[in-house]
Amino acid sequence: MASRQWNNRLIQWIDDRFPVVSMAHHQMYEYPMPRNLNYWWSFGSLAGIILLIMILSGIFLSMQYQPSVDLAFDSIERIMRDVNYGWLVRYMHQTGSSLFFAIIYIHIFRGMYYGSYKSPREITWITGVIIFLIMMATAFMGYALVWGQMSFWAATAITNLFTAIPFIGESATVWLWGGYSIDNPTLNRFYALHYLFPFVIFAVVFLHLIALHTTRSNNPLGIDLKSRQDWIPFHPYYTVKDLVGVGALATLFAVLVFFAPDALSEPENFIPANPLVTPEHLVPEWYFLPFYAILRAVPNIWFIPAKLAGVIAMFGATMIWLFLPWLDPSKVRSARFRPIYRVFFWILVANCLVLGWCGAHVPEGLWLILSRVTTAYYFLHFLVLLPAIGLIEKPRPLPHSISQAVLKPSPSHPEPAAAAAQRS
Amino acid sequence: MRPSVLVVALVAVLAHAGATACLASDSGVQEPPKQDWSFSGPFGRYDQAALRRGLRVYVDGCWSCHSLRHLAYRSLSALGIGFGPEDIRAFAAEFEVRDGPNEDGEMFMRPARPSDHFAPAFANKAEARRANKGMYPPDLSLIAKARKGGPNYLYALLVGYAEPPAGTVPVPGMYYNSYASGHFTGMKAPLIDNLVDFDDGTEPTVEQMARDVTQFLAWAADPHMEERKRLGVKVVIFLALLTVMFIALKLEVWAHLKSPPPKRENKVAQEGL
Repeated sequence: MASRQWNNRLIQWIDDRFPVVSMAHHQMYEYPMPRNLNYWWSFGSLAGIILLIMILSGIFLSMQYQPSVDLAFDSIERIMRDVNYGWLVRYMHQTGSSLFFAIIYIHIFRGMYYGSYKSPREITWITGVIIFLIMMATAFMGYALVWGQMSFWAATAITNLFTAIPFIGESATVWLWGGYSIDNPTLNRFYALHYLFPFVIFAVVFLHLIALHTTRSNNPLGIDLKSRQDWIPFHPYYTVKDLVGVGALATLFAVLVFFAPDALSEPENFIPANPLVTPEHLVPEWYFLPFYAILRAVPNIWFIPAKLAGVIAMFGATMIWLFLPWLDPSKVRSARFRPIYRVFFWILVANCLVLGWCGAHVPEGLWLILSRVTTAYYFLHFLVLLPAIGLIEKPRPLPHSISQAVLKPSPSHPEPAAAAAQRS
Repeated sequence: MRPSVLVVALVAVLAHAGATACLASDSGVQEPPKQDWSFSGPFGRYDQAALRRGLRVYVDGCWSCHSLRHLAYRSLSALGIGFGPEDIRAFAAEFEVRDGPNEDGEMFMRPARPSDHFAPAFANKAEARRANKGMYPPDLSLIAKARKGGPNYLYALLVGYAEPPAGTVPVPGMYYNSYASGHFTGMKAPLIDNLVDFDDGTEPTVEQMARDVTQFLAWAADPHMEERKRLGVKVVIFLALLTVMFIALKLEVWAHLKSPPPKRENKVAQEGL
C-alpha cells in the first residue's frame, strides 16, 4: 500500500516502513459503509468484543485453574472464594459464554433475514459458519472443565456419539478420550484445546473480516452501493453507532454477572463429577438445546441406526448453512422485498425456538413428536422451501439506490431524475 | 417487523403453558414453597444474627455427618459481632484437623487454625458411609446451589418430615419427607425443638433453626454475594449512564447526515451573514 504524507515525522517514519497508520486511515475514512445499516448490524462488532472478554477472562482463570480430576472442581471453588475478585472473573467467563452465543445467533439470523450470505459474500458467510463450529467445540470443552456432574456426563454423552461412526467409531472414541472412559487425560486435552481454540477463532475472524472488506457490508435494503450519496465513512458514524451497542451490551452483561450469575446454571453441576452416579436428566447449556433436540429426535432410518442418524442430523443442521448461498436461488437479498420468504424466515425462527424448548425435555410422548416435526421442518426449510420460494416468489420492486430510499427529497436537494422518472 | 412480534408472543405463551404443565406433572414431589429471604433480590443482604444462629445449628445439628470442606474458619469474620480474629481462633481450636507428617514421619491431630477449612467429622468417605447405612452425607459447602429450588428446598426438606400418609409403603431405614425425591430420605429428621441454645434468646423451634441454618448454608455457598450486589449496583448505574451518553453522541453525530449536504451549507452561510 502506498504510504501517505503525515505531519508528524515519527508517524511518517513508521508508516513508510509499516503502513499501519495508512491502513487505519483507509478503514476509517475511505472504506465505504452503507449509510442505512440498522442496529442488527451492531452484533458483529459486539461478537468481536465478547470474544476478547472471553479470551482475557479465560487467561486469568487459567492461572488459577487445575486441570486434574482431583483438583478441577475444588480449584474453581478456590477461584470463587479465595482469589481476589476471582468470582468476578469467573462469572464474567461463565455469563460471557451465554451472551456470546446469543449475539452470534442474532448475527447469523440477521444474515439470513437480509440475505447477507448471497453473492458476492459467500466466503464471508462460510468463514462465519466455521467460526460458529469452532465456538461450539470450545464451549463444549469449556463446560467439561468445571468437572461437575453435568460437565462430566454431558462430556460422556457427547464423546460417546463418536462410537456411532461405522467401523472406526469405538477406537476413535478411545483415542479421543486417551483411555477407556472420560478421565484425567480427557480433561487435560480438553483444557489444552479449550485454550487453543479461541485463538483459532480469532484468526478465522480476521479471514471473515478480510472477506467482508473485499465485498463490503450488505445493508437492510440488500442493494449495492452505487454513488457517493449511498455511503458514509466508518468513523465517526459507525464508531459512535457501535458504541451504543457496546454500552447496551455492557449494561446487560453487568446485570447478569452481578445479579443473576447462576440463573442458567444447572444445580447438578455444583456436585463434583462422580463417574458412578448418573444424573436423572442430562441437559446441555441452553445454546445447544436445538441441536440436542435434533440428535434425540431422529429414529432408525433404513439401515442407519438411530444414534448414527441423530449424529448426522445434528452435525448436518449446522453444515447445511455452508451451502445456504447455493440453496437460495433468489437474486434479491433483503427479506424486506421478499413477501413469501419473510414469512418463512419467521416460521424458521419459531421452529428453532420450539426445537430448543424440546431439547430441554425428555423425548417422550408429545415432546418426541414435537421434536420430530420441528427437526423435519428444519431440514425441509433449507432443502425444499428455500429453493422453491426463490423460484416462485415475485419480489417487490427494489429501490433505485440506498440514498434515494433513505434520504427525504428536499427543495435544495432534488431527487435524482432517474428515480423521479421511475416513480411517475 | 410485525411477524416477529407475533412469533415471540406465540412462543412465550406456548413456553409458559408448557412449563406450568410439566411442573404440575413431574414425579408427584411437592414443589418447595417460596420463602421470603433477606438475601434475595438485587439489594439482598444476609442477616448476620441469623447466620450466627445458623452456624450454631450447623455445628450442633449437621456437622457430625455433613462436612463443609470449601469454607475456611477465617471466612466466619463475615458473621459480625463475636467473630473477631481472636474469637475465630478460639472457635477453630475447638475442632481437630489431621496434619503431618511430623519429624518422626507420623501424621497427627492438632487444633484447627483460622486458615484451615472446616474440619470434617469423618476421616474419609468410606468412614462416613459406614456410619450412615452406606449412604454418603453430601458436603454442604454448595448445597444451597446444588439442589433444585435452592434455599427454599433446603428449608422445606428440614421442616418437611411427617408421618407417611395412610397407604404409603414404608421403606426400611428411610424417613418420610414430603419434599424428598421419592418422598423418602436416608436422613433422619435432624432438628428437634430446643436442639440448640441460641445466645440471643431466640426460641429454638424447628422452623427457626431450619430458617437460620438454611441462611447459613446459602451464605456458605455464596459468601461474596453482598460484595457482588453492592459493586453491581454501582457498575450497572455507571454503564447505564454511559450508554445514555453514547446514545446522545450517536444522535448528535448522525444529525448531520439527516439533512443533505447542500442544505447544511446554506445554514452555515446564513449564520455567517
